[in-house]
Amino acid sequence: MRHHNHQLTEDGKLKHFLSIEGLNKNLLTEILDLAESFTSLADQGRSVKKVPLLRGKTITNLFFENSTRTRTTFELAAKRLSADVLNLNISTSATSKGESLLDTLRNLEAMHCDMFVVRHASSGAAHFIASHCAPHISVVNAGDGSHSHPTQAMLDMLTIRQHKEDFTPLRVAIVGDILHSRVARSQILALNTLGVSEVRVIAPRTLLPYDARSMGVHVFTDLHEGIRDVDVIIMLRLQKERMTGALLPSEHEYFNLYGLTEDKLHLAKPDVIVMHPGPINRGVEMDSAVADGEHSVILEQVSNGIAIRMAVMSMCLGSRQESQRKEETA
Amino acid sequence: MSDSIPSVSIINGRLVDPANQVDDMLDLHISQGHILATGDKPAGFEPDKVIDASGKIVCPGLIDLSVRLREPGLESKGTIATETRAAAHAGITTLITLPDTSPVTDSPAVMELIRRRAKQSGHARVLCLGALTKNLDGKELSEMAALQNAGCVAVTNAGRPLGNTLIERRALEYASTFGIKVFIKPEDRHLRNKGCVNEGIISSRLGLPGYPEAAETVAVARDVALAEATGAYIHFQCISAAKSVNQINRACHDGIQLSVDVAAHQLHLTEMDADDFNTGCHVDPPLRTLRDRDALREAVASGSIQAICSDHQPHEPDAKDHPFPDSATGISALETLLPLTLKLVDEKVLDLPTAIARLTIGPATIANLPFGRLDNGRSADVCVFDPDAFWQLEADKMISQGKNSPFVNWEFHGKVTQTLFEGRITYDSDA
Amino acid sequence: MVEQVTPTEFMQESAILDLIDGMASQLKLHLQQNRISDPAMIGIHTGGVWIAEKLHEKLAISDPLGTLNISFYRDDFSRIGINPKVNPSNIPFEVEDKHIILVDDVLQTGRTIRAAMNEIFDFGRPASILFATLIEKDGRELPIEAGVVGLKPMLKQKDYLSLTGPSPLSLVIGRKTPDGDES
Repeated sequence: MRHHNHQLTEDGKLKHFLSIEGLNKNLLTEILDLAESFTSLADQGRSVKKVPLLRGKTITNLFFENSTRTRTTFELAAKRLSADVLNLNISTSATSKGESLLDTLRNLEAMHCDMFVVRHASSGAAHFIASHCAPHISVVNAGDGSHSHPTQAMLDMLTIRQHKEDFTPLRVAIVGDILHSRVARSQILALNTLGVSEVRVIAPRTLLPYDARSMGVHVFTDLHEGIRDVDVIIMLRLQKERMTGALLPSEHEYFNLYGLTEDKLHLAKPDVIVMHPGPINRGVEMDSAVADGEHSVILEQVSNGIAIRMAVMSMCLGSRQESQRKEETA
Repeated sequence: MSDSIPSVSIINGRLVDPANQVDDMLDLHISQGHILATGDKPAGFEPDKVIDASGKIVCPGLIDLSVRLREPGLESKGTIATETRAAAHAGITTLITLPDTSPVTDSPAVMELIRRRAKQSGHARVLCLGALTKNLDGKELSEMAALQNAGCVAVTNAGRPLGNTLIERRALEYASTFGIKVFIKPEDRHLRNKGCVNEGIISSRLGLPGYPEAAETVAVARDVALAEATGAYIHFQCISAAKSVNQINRACHDGIQLSVDVAAHQLHLTEMDADDFNTGCHVDPPLRTLRDRDALREAVASGSIQAICSDHQPHEPDAKDHPFPDSATGISALETLLPLTLKLVDEKVLDLPTAIARLTIGPATIANLPFGRLDNGRSADVCVFDPDAFWQLEADKMISQGKNSPFVNWEFHGKVTQTLFEGRITYDSDA
Repeated sequence: MVEQVTPTEFMQESAILDLIDGMASQLKLHLQQNRISDPAMIGIHTGGVWIAEKLHEKLAISDPLGTLNISFYRDDFSRIGINPKVNPSNIPFEVEDKHIILVDDVLQTGRTIRAAMNEIFDFGRPASILFATLIEKDGRELPIEAGVVGLKPMLKQKDYLSLTGPSPLSLVIGRKTPDGDES
């Protein structure tokens, strides 16, 4: 159970943000509360949209897997907090990726960074970096393999809370490629920690993990059954390579069976909200009428993404100094 | 040469020699590198050295069916000199190496190189498994008859995939022409895909690519069918799934010649140990469920599994310093082979003679070797250990060049005090 | 170790309201002298807002009251981290070219006021800022002065004064505020 505490300081504050696993409801609520405060920065009549909280700190976006969207939101979050940002996209194709990983780490440490935001194709990469980098550095996981994408999950939680207030009565359905989805894994953990009444996953068996029930979800293979009476529907993005990997026959059949349309949406609660981590494949995961419809909260997710990342960054860096100061005065 | 070997008597010990159904307080007398007698000292025999084994177990030197010494080619991980020395400290006197060296052990020349290096270091006997296919590429047959003449124990593709089932069939047929056994680590590489942990609750939770049980059982079914069709003798190495053992048992029952070994770590660890992305537990085949572990233990006890091997794979520290899926597989395991097996005695899974049999006569029979027993005239390969010695494995005290062990900080009962290889004392804790 | 002193009441609500009346008179005078006809008011969370609410009403200011939470502007973040529950700042008027009355409960080091002014400037460039505080203490660490002061009590340097409220308002002495803020 070591890694549960790995991301916390001795006094239970967030040091790294690697996974939802091992974080309690209070801490997740703290993240949501702080993010909520940060959302106000954007929508007021402020001429300067940034705050000086992380002035003088250097945050390095360490992306071993390309993702302009995610990197941009982390970059914007860091800049809104007045931190300096360094973007590094490290190609994994040339050398064995592990070699460059540890070497890169040593090099960056010498540059006196305060935080690494890490995205990597291998599950566990963020844990690995957190356990190998210098102790003053915080690591935020921006997606590792199929393991975890905790900031995405938390921005989804913030979006849900803004619409539903209380998590406890909610039924939430997650639809799509659960097997390969780090987003789904983090969402399931976050939803269960925040105490929703039911999490459902809906997918054909090729896209379900082994013994998915062990993850604390109810498993459905039929979309109609699965979304009946749910309050929230989260559609996952479908990667094209699932067709070539013989996991699915075609986008067409997937859309027929698992695509969200207005017709099917009637099965859910009348005030259901529809979410998607983006970018949407229209006509594959859902049709445009749903994506742009009144139940869709997809654009809110995007703006919440910046606030969540600001919250996580300031909590991680804040806790570091607090605990270090305690060591100094002790 | 043999004139210079001092004669030895090992006295006051409990002699456990499962091949000869011996388990008694008997002395062991060694002369000219061979067993001279057990029990009373032969008339006129005056040993140059007497080892007092009071309170200790005296058994045949251990035989390890699956090791990587890393030489030639990967000396940054280990050398024949360093690893055979570790073997001597661990009571192991015969090491059977896999052919995935660099260059591959697919020619008598490479075998000769290994033999010479082993002789130079003199800590243990090193025997080779030859490559089943040229360069282990899985496409063309190796010169198996030449390898056999050069002294290879058997042939194997060392876990590397064969191009297709036709090549496998032909390789088995060709090997059986000369009565050469084929060692196989069963794996269907397509089902395995990129799997790095058991497909189960850990793979689901950590999002690590799953290595399903079926990737092993499908391969076992295929290999068994081909063994039956070709009449070849297959030995299955490093089995991980309980269902594989059941399949092999059934096939043996049907009269097909098969044997099985298991790596010691599979009898103690489960998939849960890879939680926390512990790369020390990244092994191939992966750690399975507790149910599998318990079934493997039962199979070792019943004799369905005839040998326990170390599956020794030393690495430099960097090899494990990667995110889990990118880290190297394997454990530096020579020094925990006997301790982990004795732990099964502590846990009442095995009685002591059975435990020793799985490390001596069991592997000797599989590899068709005249070692692993202490009857008169046999090579004096002997292991003496103190069954009550209590110790803790520490990485920096490991003899192997590879310190990659998930058993670091484990506590063990039983420690080797002396090892004799061909009558010479290659390790003596008192020295 | 911070010496824990049992909090004792320093001033009750009725007396505080008298101080606020005094502050209102001073402010009116200041506005007249400076010919400011349409000022806006901002209170600093939390005590400053309670004082500002009362002053805002007494001065009949037309723009709604603004509130500032300086958590994101504090200069001691790197020493004490962040308080997760932050009531966001709310400035419901155009700051640009506005005469602003900034209100807080206790002035001591001046650091809160520096942070507050920094934040105000992120909303726009005001025409002027006048600072009004209920209590002024010694111990300034920055060159900041109050234009309007309710009371400057004689206190020991170690004593903390803090405002509890909102109803009834009360000034207590000898207690550290929950987030360790020194106003």
